[in-house]
Amino acid sequence: MTLKEIKKLLQAEVIYGIDKLEEEIQWAGGSDLMSDVLAFGKPGILLLTGLTNAQSIRTANIIDAKAIVYVRGKKPDKEGIKLAREKEIPILSTKYMMYTACGLLFSHGLPGVSKIQNNK
Amino acid sequence: MSTENGLSKRFEITGGDFGKAGEVSTKIKEILQEIGIDSTIIRRTAIATYEAEMNVVMYAKKAELTLHLTPTKISIRVYDDGPGIENIEVAMQEGFSTATDEMREMGFGAGLGLPNIKKNADRFKISSTPGKGTALDITIYLNQAGKK
Repeated sequence: MTLKEIKKLLQAEVIYGIDKLEEEIQWAGGSDLMSDVLAFGKPGILLLTGLTNAQSIRTANIIDAKAIVYVRGKKPDKEGIKLAREKEIPILSTKYMMYTACGLLFSHGLPGVSKIQNNK
Repeated sequence: MSTENGLSKRFEITGGDFGKAGEVSTKIKEILQEIGIDSTIIRRTAIATYEAEMNVVMYAKKAELTLHLTPTKISIRVYDDGPGIENIEVAMQEGFSTATDEMREMGFGAGLGLPNIKKNADRFKISSTPGKGTALDITIYLNQAGKK
């Protein structure tokens, strides 16, 4: 599923990365807890989160996430957007809450990271 | 700093500075990328270093992190001046945490940090003296790409 399709499904706003919407996303995971994301995230993951501080973007960068979708209409601050730009991590914002956003993506064929058995 | 035995770099981490938390790990990731280290090894090193950095930011006033890279391995040593750990065996259990609400609001403090460092390292040693600080030694071998 491309980021463009994800944007359409989630009626999301692109905050950074309008030129990266053709990127293919293989799997996704949702959490507000970066400890979990660091422990269970996989390279190339689409991260859905309601946590908008700089740590959400730093964590995404550390685990090689492909993009971030902020749920509940949230958006990172200017520093966060600057960091996403530096690290070239596309960021989107959807008004859907976490459960609905994840459900929409899953029901349209985007699997969760738990389907990947290798944890490292 | 480059030496005949590889590359060594020292970084300082400031405790309590959540705004800058993760900068050192990000820098180390960039250094390893520039050198051309395998991406799986880089990711494991970055995750282990980031977890260690967050622990310093959450619990200590400051720490020194040393990166040492040789042709065969990456060694990371983090020595902080934090409160130390009373019972390392308990602290290594997933879910054990002494985090405050502020730490949890930052998305951390779930009691997964030390176990996750161990998971991503090939060798992991932790020593701590209550009231003085904690030292972590993380080793990741370069010739094991894909094994972990």
